[in-house]
Amino acid sequence: MPLTRQFLRELEQIVGPEGVVATPEGRLTYECDMHTFYKGAPDAVCLPTSTEQVAALVRLCLREGVPVVPRGSGTGVIGGAMAPHGGVMISTTRMNRILEVDLPNRCATVEPGLINLWLTNAVKDQGFFFAPDPSSQMVSSIGGNASTNAGGPHCLKYGITVNHVLGLEVVTGAGEVVRLGGKVQDRPGYDLTGIAVGSEGTLGIVTGVTVRLLHAPEAVKTALAAFASLDDASETVSGIIAAGIIPAALELLDETIIRAIEAGIGAGYPKGAGAVLLIELDGPRAEIEAQALRVTELCRAHRPLDIRVARDEAERALLWKGRKEAAGAIGRLAPNWVLQDAVVPRSKLPQIMREVQAIAAQHQVLIANVFHAGDGNLHPLICFDDRQPDQVARAIEANEQVLRACLALGGSVTGEHGVGLDKPKSLSLQYAASDLEFMARLRRVFDPKGIMNPGKLLPSHACGEAVRPGGKMALPEGAWV
Amino acid sequence: MPGAFDLMDPPDTDGLRACVHCGICLPQCPTYRLLGEEMDSPRGRVYLMRAAAEGRLALTPTFIHHLDLCLGCRACETACPSGVPFGRLLEATRGQIERRGARPLSERLTSALLLSLLPHPRRLALAVGAARLYQRSGLQRLVSAGRLLAPFARLRAMEALLPPSPPGAAAPLPEIVPARGRKRGTVGLLLGCVQRLLFPRVNAETARLLTRAGYDVLIPRDQGCCGALHLHAGQIDEARTLAVRLLTHFGRAVDWVVTNAAGCGSAMREYGHWLGDNRDAEVFSSKVRDVSELLADADLPLQRLDLTVTYHDPCHLAHGQKVRREPRRLLAAIPGVKLVELADSDVCCGSAGVYNLLEPEMADRLLALKLERIAATGAGVLATGNPGCLLQIARGCRERGLAVEVLHPVELLGRALPERARDG
Repeated sequence: MPLTRQFLRELEQIVGPEGVVATPEGRLTYECDMHTFYKGAPDAVCLPTSTEQVAALVRLCLREGVPVVPRGSGTGVIGGAMAPHGGVMISTTRMNRILEVDLPNRCATVEPGLINLWLTNAVKDQGFFFAPDPSSQMVSSIGGNASTNAGGPHCLKYGITVNHVLGLEVVTGAGEVVRLGGKVQDRPGYDLTGIAVGSEGTLGIVTGVTVRLLHAPEAVKTALAAFASLDDASETVSGIIAAGIIPAALELLDETIIRAIEAGIGAGYPKGAGAVLLIELDGPRAEIEAQALRVTELCRAHRPLDIRVARDEAERALLWKGRKEAAGAIGRLAPNWVLQDAVVPRSKLPQIMREVQAIAAQHQVLIANVFHAGDGNLHPLICFDDRQPDQVARAIEANEQVLRACLALGGSVTGEHGVGLDKPKSLSLQYAASDLEFMARLRRVFDPKGIMNPGKLLPSHACGEAVRPGGKMALPEGAWV
Repeated sequence: MPGAFDLMDPPDTDGLRACVHCGICLPQCPTYRLLGEEMDSPRGRVYLMRAAAEGRLALTPTFIHHLDLCLGCRACETACPSGVPFGRLLEATRGQIERRGARPLSERLTSALLLSLLPHPRRLALAVGAARLYQRSGLQRLVSAGRLLAPFARLRAMEALLPPSPPGAAAPLPEIVPARGRKRGTVGLLLGCVQRLLFPRVNAETARLLTRAGYDVLIPRDQGCCGALHLHAGQIDEARTLAVRLLTHFGRAVDWVVTNAAGCGSAMREYGHWLGDNRDAEVFSSKVRDVSELLADADLPLQRLDLTVTYHDPCHLAHGQKVRREPRRLLAAIPGVKLVELADSDVCCGSAGVYNLLEPEMADRLLALKLERIAATGAGVLATGNPGCLLQIARGCRERGLAVEVLHPVELLGRALPERARDG
């Protein structure tokens, strides 16, 4: 149902004509995020510059019962920032200022569109950093990180986004501007910040974020351990975790993804190894030296081909660039991919990796593995070419099978990417119907008319969303929401 | 569904499909930084081109607008881990737009006029002469004050770019300048259309420094134009004609083809691609070097210059040719020079070939950002190796009253190797 002219005029009155994208060409470019499998263009995109504008937009949409889809940098990999039912997309890219840096209290308040890495860049000379580092941190927004409760390689030691968000300003689905949490950490009452973080735009849209800043560690040691097989590398990870060592990051990269990284970035990963562990230790110098010895021993127990330590900051930075841009380099291997984001208990890592390999063989699909091994959070990238329908089907089946295998081992349907449009259907594998109903009731408190990001996060039967008649869906056959 | 592109040089399908929509390019794109809009980002533009290729979009005015707003700076190529050849995709798409006359008439006329001047030094000289006359006659002040030209932002942008005083008439360079000292090789020097007319000193210094570094410098007469701007504008056949003419003039006798204009160098390195199965073109492209690359290893007896210098990366040097270290090394090698890094040094200054004449508003916004960064360095000299950037940034400094001298790196190097040392 296209928006009426009158409605578009009202949007323009709020954000100015330069703040509204209503052309078919412009809207088309917003039809998907990094998950290009699902497509749904909004009827209009608005680019507000203030909380007041966001609130006015949401109230207008509330009045008319038009869906609202929040979007940051559009780097989500689960179809969270696209519009399956059309409506108004609110892009936060023009709200990207740092409002306050308060180093004595180790926190900063930023607008939601600020790029994650830009915050660290702004405070690193003073010896601080913002810890959550999703691989997309060079482009993803802090508002988006908060909305999806993003993880990242260093979350193994430092915790995920929710551990670093002190407060939020949110425009709820009821059009109210509310402040949740704040700089002072000990607050009475409900932990509403904890509820809003990870709510994927279904409760409201984040318009401000107060985050914790951390002191940079005294020393950092980054090493690569190469193994002949995925098995040896996985066993090593389980060994390190079982020994009670918490590295700053413990990433596993297989031979396939290393091929893509080296073709695209040339980051210096060894070619020919079956799998490589990227291990980072940080903290007081004396402590990490002792840890390094232990980690080396644990690696040696699993027949490493080679262990090397990054000689300087430049080499370390390049290794991380390779790791963090790995998913972006997948175009070197195939034009399309689906990315699974399931979790297993860490002791089960060797077992699940064997299953992933068996699934790849069974469905004859190329799977590249690059993931937060220390967290037991898998990221198999399943490659295909969408011009070959049989390949598409095999990729989807392999993807679902990996998820089921993880759950069978006592895992979770998502580690850090969120639920988005892709996984509401899988939540019932992990939650009882009554639990999902309870979440849906909570959602109603923030969003009484069900306009916020419909189709995402919860199965729609649980929330009875107000999907407009004639609302469009552009989903591949076989997908359901 | 049939695609919107025909079979003459369509954008490469595999190139379009290499984009996995990760968005790593977004923060590197100057127009995305300013507008925050997906369709004015590299990822969005690739999406638009792909949609056109797949028949989901026609070459509509809005489609053309978003592609025209692209500077062609190729910062996205530097960022892209999947190797999307954005520059080639853009040029091919513009070629399709251009050939089919899909642009409004006024835009076609402006770009046709600009591009018809370039490959013809005499025509360009006449146009520049006329513009200078206009500046000197006082008419300029009258017209500017009266804002008579305001509706003609493009003309204003054109006249504002010209330096206030013409360069001293330069002695024409001989066809061969022999190497001094131990000979290291033979280079052919591209003079460049804008460079030879507005910055003849840059060419003279380039030749002199190269001979000091041990190169015989051949300067073919009637070498013509490299076709870079035609290529960027989508006049692909014209660019091919110019390319063939140029590479014929340079022959095979040279070890390197040297240019001091980043835009020209970047285009010449693409000849192998655009001329298809042409061995000569491939060989020619493989010999193209920026002057900074050849001088970086030279052992020149440089004298002291007490200056604080900052360096702006021309897009077609940093992104188009991946040359970043050599110009910095050259500048830092001058005794007494304190080289300070410019923040966002590889973000476009807004010049982008003739972009600043065609999209003056966006170009001005980028220039303002660049000037802010330059002012923050406190440097007295800004060095950059491309005539478009030199004109654009110098104009900005003039208009903003920023006391920064804007020079090509070889000009600064030339100062450090003065006349008497030349014979020594």
